[in-house]
Amino acid sequence: MSTASVPLPAWINYGLIPLLNLFLAFFFSGLVVWAIGESPFEALKLLLAGALGRGEGIGFTLFYATSFIFTGLSVAVAIHAGLFNIGSEGQAYLGGLGAALVALSLDRYVPWYVTMPFAIIGSALFGAACAAIPAWLQAKRGSHIVITTIMFNFIVSSLMNYILVRVLIVPGKMAPESRTFLEGGQLPKLDWLIGMFGGRLGAAPLNFSFLVALVMCFLVWLLIWRTKLGYEMRTLGHSPTAASYAGMRYARIVMITMLISGGLAGMMALNPVMGASARLQIEFVGGAGFVGIAVSLMGRNHPAGIILAALLFGVLYQGGAELSFDMPTITRDMIVVIQGLVILFAGALEYMLRPAIVRVYQQISGK
Amino acid sequence: MTGKAPHLSLDLSKNEPAIELVGIDKKFGAVHANKNINLTVAKGSIHGIIGENGAGKSTLMSILYGFYQADQGEIRISGKPVTIRDSQAAIAAGIGMVHQHFMLVENFTVLENVMLGAEGGQLLRQGVSSARKELKRLEDDYGLDVDPDAVIEELPVGRQQRVEILKALYRGAEILILDEPTGVLTPAEADHLFKVLKVLRDQGKTIILITHKLREIMAITDTVSVMRRGEIVATRKTTETTVEELAELMVGRRVLLRVEKGDANPGKVLLSVKNLTVKDSRGVTMVDDVSFDVRAGEIVGIAGVAGNGQSELLEAIAGIRKPASGEILLDGKPTAGADPAELRELGLAHIPEDRHHMGLVLKFEEYENSILGYHRESRFGGAMLNLDEIRKQAEDQIEKYDIRPPNPRLKTANFSGGNQQKIVVAREIERNPDVLIIGQPTRGVDIGAIEFIHKRIIEMRDAGKAVLLVSVELDEIRSLSDRILVMFAGKVVGEQSGEANEQALGLMMAGIAA
Repeated sequence: MSTASVPLPAWINYGLIPLLNLFLAFFFSGLVVWAIGESPFEALKLLLAGALGRGEGIGFTLFYATSFIFTGLSVAVAIHAGLFNIGSEGQAYLGGLGAALVALSLDRYVPWYVTMPFAIIGSALFGAACAAIPAWLQAKRGSHIVITTIMFNFIVSSLMNYILVRVLIVPGKMAPESRTFLEGGQLPKLDWLIGMFGGRLGAAPLNFSFLVALVMCFLVWLLIWRTKLGYEMRTLGHSPTAASYAGMRYARIVMITMLISGGLAGMMALNPVMGASARLQIEFVGGAGFVGIAVSLMGRNHPAGIILAALLFGVLYQGGAELSFDMPTITRDMIVVIQGLVILFAGALEYMLRPAIVRVYQQISGK
Repeated sequence: MTGKAPHLSLDLSKNEPAIELVGIDKKFGAVHANKNINLTVAKGSIHGIIGENGAGKSTLMSILYGFYQADQGEIRISGKPVTIRDSQAAIAAGIGMVHQHFMLVENFTVLENVMLGAEGGQLLRQGVSSARKELKRLEDDYGLDVDPDAVIEELPVGRQQRVEILKALYRGAEILILDEPTGVLTPAEADHLFKVLKVLRDQGKTIILITHKLREIMAITDTVSVMRRGEIVATRKTTETTVEELAELMVGRRVLLRVEKGDANPGKVLLSVKNLTVKDSRGVTMVDDVSFDVRAGEIVGIAGVAGNGQSELLEAIAGIRKPASGEILLDGKPTAGADPAELRELGLAHIPEDRHHMGLVLKFEEYENSILGYHRESRFGGAMLNLDEIRKQAEDQIEKYDIRPPNPRLKTANFSGGNQQKIVVAREIERNPDVLIIGQPTRGVDIGAIEFIHKRIIEMRDAGKAVLLVSVELDEIRSLSDRILVMFAGKVVGEQSGEANEQALGLMMAGIAA
């Protein structure tokens, strides 16, 4: 209890401590790799080379990071108002329906840059709709948002199953997915971005939604720290009693926050649905909503931190896939273990090292 | 209380020391919380430690109780050097602590609380019966009667405090540290506590009393040390010092202990409360059919022991809590249904009791708190925050109210209690409200800031504002108020003029009709 209140300089708080946590995570991952008889250094080399070594690898890394930025922002916005949105997964899933409906209706008439704004709105609206009921239950009935958003992940999952199998499926086909969007419903690949650095994107699905994600980072920063709404959200997040003292309306802030949070999660669908596969597929979110929680925590709920954390997880996803391909003893499940260790050390045990670092810092700076 | 030896040892230097602190030094980053503290407390004496907030009293006691480790220096108990790594070690060394906020399990009995952490073995049964015997002995020896089977939450606060003391004694404490022990007590309960402390002293226990109340120091201690900015600036025999000298030592300059104010010129009624009943979230009636008026140009004080409905009354007037029935009128107009933001527009300002949870967001920077509740005003921007304007007016308030350090970008939690309170006071008074309601304006605030805040409150009155003041500090109520209402169990049980005598008020506060 004695060190929690000791202020540390920003470079320790936001630089050294996360790096040490990351190092610990990799250290223990290395032990696991070593325990199954492989060389940890070789594994790390393969992982990094796979994720960052070539233009295509970087393209995949950024593609994954795009999804994590959206879901990370979704979680962060809610946390600023003191709400823990576990439902980004389901909100992104339903957001995919919004994006797909727009793409399916417009793709044969207009080019992609006309479709995209509507698709952004569509995905955000569907994501927000998915967050609206838990938000209302929290605001008016006091049902805990953690529970209700988790339940909505299941509800959305079943609903999407039904829609894909019964409604959007292409007649005569077995795969539960929509028809492939025409070019007017696809987001262009970012070959030029990788090209700027002399690489080749190859088959990597990095697409325009990456830029949308970066714009959203800026808008979220603006919302949280520069608007009156953001001010009210942060007040509520830090101190509900101070918010009620100041005359801020709890129900209104909870509703708006969760709609924005759900909207951001919904936009994540642009990336896989319109950017990569050009169709709505079953379970396309693939856990990105839950990764968003870790990304937001690691990024200290700040857009800049979220970008960095999302990149880290992008590296783990892409590098991990390459690693399990090159080292058959390291299976997909092993990669999940490593990701779990990163979440454990960087997210859950974020402050484990802090007391020790405070002591060292005091000894060095005190003299 | 039989066989009590009269306390004759006026020359305490003859007694062997119970505690010696030698050269204790502690830094938190750039903050030098304790500077080379040397302190000797004689066995069998009551030693007071007085100082402003942030003077380092709590740090020093936390070092003694093992919450912090000193960077340098030595602690000696009965002449032997000891290392106190944690509270377990402190207990083993015979040090007991009675915290300001009790560390009791509310739904346990007295006996269970006393035993907690000292159960003696895996099976409870033998422990219970021996603990009961031991507790009985302690109660008899020190005149601390409490029913061992009473549940804590059903006991009055004064009794709960006795349980805390018994807990420490049960663990074999020879040295008792009491941190602001009278903050939650009625005057009568405080008197009783002092009697208990004297008995403990006469039986050979050593007591360290941390307080900011000069009166208590004078009433009960044998010796007193004054702390200022991390240092002990003076140690005196209590009989050889005065309240004025101690106050000056604490602040470092002469202070006005009495508030100077002229006569009130009450005008028309600005705030009117009619048959107000307020219930808490569990449906328990906290304010019971209360009616009163506050006129322009007067300060109405509400006295009472904490928890008798004052908080709920303030929250109802401020629009935070919905009344169950009754009416509140601002300048003759009913306010039913108005939320705190709308009431602010109608000219009501509220300095809340609890600045940490209500009046401020501690994680915000200072300038962000300077608009809390007024942030919707158009001069602070439309949808976006007009940061230039907000920081400018924050700087104005900082200058006008001498808020230190004068940095609107500093996190609010890093200001001292007095300066935090000034941030709230500045924000609420600077909007020039017609009606000002105030809860505990100077709780945890140092003497210099108290003087300043009291002056501002009087100025508001003299400017023709209606002021409603709630405080558990009887001195504060008496020195500021033109009229005093006493609340007990949710009702206004009496009204007195500003010159009310303390005994009469004390009886009313205890629910005994005067």
